[in-house]
Amino acid sequence: MSPNIINLSVAQHASEQQSSKQKMALAIGLSGLFILVLALVNVQFSNKALWLGISLLAMVVGTIIYANDLYLHHPAGIKNNGIWFKSLTSKGTLGWSISILLTLFYVVIYWYPQYLGFHADKENTGLIALFDPLSALLNGHTATQWFVYGTLYTVAILALGYKFILKYRHSKYQIVRTISVMFFQLAFAFLIPEILAKLNPEKAYFVKDIKNMWPLNYYMFEDWHLKSMLAGGDLGLFMLLFGIAMIFVISPVLTYFYGKRWYCSWVCGCGGLAETAGDSFRHLSDKSIKAWEFERWSIHLVLVFVVVSTISVIYSFLSNNPDQSIISRDQFAYGAAALLTAVVGSIFYFKRASLNKDAQYTLAALGVILVCTLLLNYFWGSANLYFIDSYTLRSWYGFAVGAAFSGVIGVGFYPLMGSRVWCRFGCPMAAILGLQQRLFSKFRITTNGGQCISCGNCSNACEMGIDVRAYAQKGENIVRASCVGCGICSAVCPRGVLKLENGALENRINSNAGLLGNDVSLVAMLENHKKTERKS
Amino acid sequence: MQHIIIIGNGIAGITAARHIRKLSDHQITVISAETDYFFSRTALMYVYMGHMKFEHTQPYENTFWKDNKIDLQNDFVSSVDTIHKTIHLKSGGTRAYDKLIIATGSKSNKFGWPGQDLPGVTGLYSKQDLDYIEQNSANCKRAVVVGGGLIGIELIEMLLSRNIATTFLVREKSFWDAVLPKGESELIGRHIREHGIDLKLETGLQEIVADQNGRAKAIVTDKGETIDCELVGLTAGVSPNIDFLKNSGIELGRGVKVNRYLQTNIEDVYAIGDCAEQHEAIGNRRPIEAVWYTGRMMGETIAQTICVSPVRYNPGHWFNSAKFLDIEYQTYGWVFAQPKANETHFYWEHPSGKKCVRFVYDTNTRAFIGINVFGIRMRHQFFDKVLTEKQSIDYVMEHLSAANFDPEFFAKHETDIKNAFYQPL
Ligand SMILES: Cc1cc2nc3c(=O)[nH]c(=O)nc-3n(C[C@H](O)[C@H](O)[C@H](O)COP(=O)(O)OP(=O)(O)OC[C@H]3O[C@@H](n4cnc5c(N)ncnc54)[C@H](O)[C@@H]3O)c2cc1C
Ligand code: SF4
Ligand code: SF4
Repeated sequence: MSPNIINLSVAQHASEQQSSKQKMALAIGLSGLFILVLALVNVQFSNKALWLGISLLAMVVGTIIYANDLYLHHPAGIKNNGIWFKSLTSKGTLGWSISILLTLFYVVIYWYPQYLGFHADKENTGLIALFDPLSALLNGHTATQWFVYGTLYTVAILALGYKFILKYRHSKYQIVRTISVMFFQLAFAFLIPEILAKLNPEKAYFVKDIKNMWPLNYYMFEDWHLKSMLAGGDLGLFMLLFGIAMIFVISPVLTYFYGKRWYCSWVCGCGGLAETAGDSFRHLSDKSIKAWEFERWSIHLVLVFVVVSTISVIYSFLSNNPDQSIISRDQFAYGAAALLTAVVGSIFYFKRASLNKDAQYTLAALGVILVCTLLLNYFWGSANLYFIDSYTLRSWYGFAVGAAFSGVIGVGFYPLMGSRVWCRFGCPMAAILGLQQRLFSKFRITTNGGQCISCGNCSNACEMGIDVRAYAQKGENIVRASCVGCGICSAVCPRGVLKLENGALENRINSNAGLLGNDVSLVAMLENHKKTERKS
Repeated sequence: MQHIIIIGNGIAGITAARHIRKLSDHQITVISAETDYFFSRTALMYVYMGHMKFEHTQPYENTFWKDNKIDLQNDFVSSVDTIHKTIHLKSGGTRAYDKLIIATGSKSNKFGWPGQDLPGVTGLYSKQDLDYIEQNSANCKRAVVVGGGLIGIELIEMLLSRNIATTFLVREKSFWDAVLPKGESELIGRHIREHGIDLKLETGLQEIVADQNGRAKAIVTDKGETIDCELVGLTAGVSPNIDFLKNSGIELGRGVKVNRYLQTNIEDVYAIGDCAEQHEAIGNRRPIEAVWYTGRMMGETIAQTICVSPVRYNPGHWFNSAKFLDIEYQTYGWVFAQPKANETHFYWEHPSGKKCVRFVYDTNTRAFIGINVFGIRMRHQFFDKVLTEKQSIDYVMEHLSAANFDPEFFAKHETDIKNAFYQPL
């Protein structure tokens, strides 16, 4: 290899140069951003609504002009030229800088919202105040840091979603999927909750982001949230029942038919941001076997944590509020244990044959959960589990998973570790859906006979760090817990090898498939004789 | 335990090594002068285009080889002594083998053009070629690519990604028309021009002209036109890379001559991949098949022969694929540029002019013979089965949707194709 040669010519890569129209578009977008910066440093705008409008519009229009100029002058097709040369998208100085800025932004928004101008007890100032008129219009209150964040988040998904659609305009799958995430973000995560909050002035929290479900909204079964739902009249009760149906019925059914993609890359807001704003960084995910090993540990720990702590929180809710509950805490504990036993048992019974490492991890995780649940019931004191107050546990979890991970690392590290760090290593929802996708789903990525040329475009493009090529070049279907079904591996494959499909369960996992092309009996012979090849 | 030496760490040599390891405990040494680790040659273009880094073209992690006890050696084999069963290395040493597998691939063709060895002139085959092109792109305003085949179009796409203006010299009447029938060939020709490439058909290379420093500065076509350029790509096909075997006693033709067991005339010496030449062509195949898949298949076969029992190299139905800029191409079974006497061709083109399908079938028996498909993905298993079962063209038409391999939501054309096929003339 000759890295010095590569470096020498980086300066002249045409892909790094921008047309004058693109520069103009960048200027428009940046001036929109600049208005926000001015607001942040407390410049007083006479007409806040107008300036906020100008700012958001400038950012959106800038992105649209930029994307049009970037993509529409060339025939439709894969547009990845130079992604490993550009400073922004190859962990260069620009990438690092953006990453640091984003991370700082998250730190401020989570822990120091006053710096942005949010004041709970007096009038907002600075950036937050700029959003007051829009907030009042939508939910009837002054803005909070979360409203500002939600607005910018939605704008990012919409504007960069448009860019994504142009980039992949030859792929109808990508277009439909992106319109879907844009719609769910705008309507279900942003507008409807805000408007519902206006219609329900008592401002119950359970209407926030109504497409979220447990365990992504980890507070679902927390005391205050349960109480607010139980006290929230018909709507509250509906949301509680809907939430439960979502977990036990709707989500498993959809995942059975379509894989976890129905949520992760069609509905979810975190996924939505990753697919749109994060698209330029998807190739930065770590594809190494080590990273996969780490992923299995971390995601299964998250799974154990979220289930155990949720059970303990419900348990303590039932202990403390026997009057508000339909079932007793003992019934609940034994019910949970029975359910878990059934899950573990059926996995073991039905999936013995395919118990590879993945499934073993999963079973181990479920086993730990089961034991914890039972112990819980025996050793429950007042509200303590293993001497740790369950709410302390929850708030740690809220901190670790909700804030630090999903925002700071999840988005802040886009330019360094790819767009799905959170989805891959930390999201409890992805853990549960993934478990199901791996074991009970019709979804798989099929490989096309012997057509793979081992080029590696698919692995490179996989935001979840799946080494897609490792399967494709052996003619194996890709059935992985982490696959979010974004379909980009299939889009970038230059030989038409990969197809996301929902099909029969039989032979879904075909790790003994031979590649098509050679004498059929020889392929069979080779497979019969083979000793195990390690780590291929 | 025997010592098996494999010369060449391309797809053929590496597939052989992997399968020999699966089937036996033999000592395996793979020697190559190009790179330390196996990489996918087919992905070289994506490195230049910045889609991937070079390390991403390596399908196995570097620890894989040690874990599977496959020894890798970076060296050039300068000669083979088949009497003493040793190979001589450029670095000086020798190594003894029990079995030798030659998998040395190809090199770019040069047809004796004046100036073909000047600085600024390159083929596109090896990692070294890639580095050379990278080095010479810095001040390149225009490049000329000579030879309209699959590698030529890849080089064109590479240069395009760096905004280097390109002239594409193609000797034939229409792009790659020795292989593609008229419809497909013209469709791709249009697509090449759509990308702003200066495609010169029926034009060959006369000579390459040097500047005062001895660097290529222009080319002259066989029509007398001079085109200034800073880089010349020679992509007029490849031929087996076997010069080092000249005095080895191993029978050579254009490639290393092998029988159906991939054995050479010398015992315990085999050849696979691009460099192997069959004594007699297998079916409609060419004696030398310089494609990825056949290298892989020969690697699988040779492992069986060496470790278990001799098996004939018996490739299944022909298939291939490529991508011409934005348009994907797949083919299953046999489609020749000109229909053979007993064949009927049916060609369908989408109104967009970017998708087309050609079906070939036997005029009398209506047996399906082959398909070319552009801009639509088709299922390999489907056509493999159809060919094995000798199904008719009507069966294929009827089951066309089962053959489709496009992603979900893509526009379907089966009905249009079927209607066009059965439309009374
Ligand atoms: C740019 C490009 C794109 C291609 N795209 C496709 C495609 O899309 N589909 C397809 O089917 N095919 C494609 N091909 C063809 C395909 O890559 C080749 O058929 C295949 O790589 C040949 O594999 P091989 O193992 O026979 O030889 P190679 O891959 O050439 O490996 C041989 C190795 O042996 C080394 N070697 C040679 N002589 C010696 C020696 N004396 N001592 C030590 N080492 C030696 C060489 O340096 C080389 O590393 C493409 C080829 C190129 C160049
Ligand atoms: S395997 Fe393919 S579809 Fe799945 S996450 Fe990776 S790129 Fe997306
Ligand atoms: S992108 Fe396609 S051809 Fe390339 S390695 Fe992946 S599946 Fe194989």
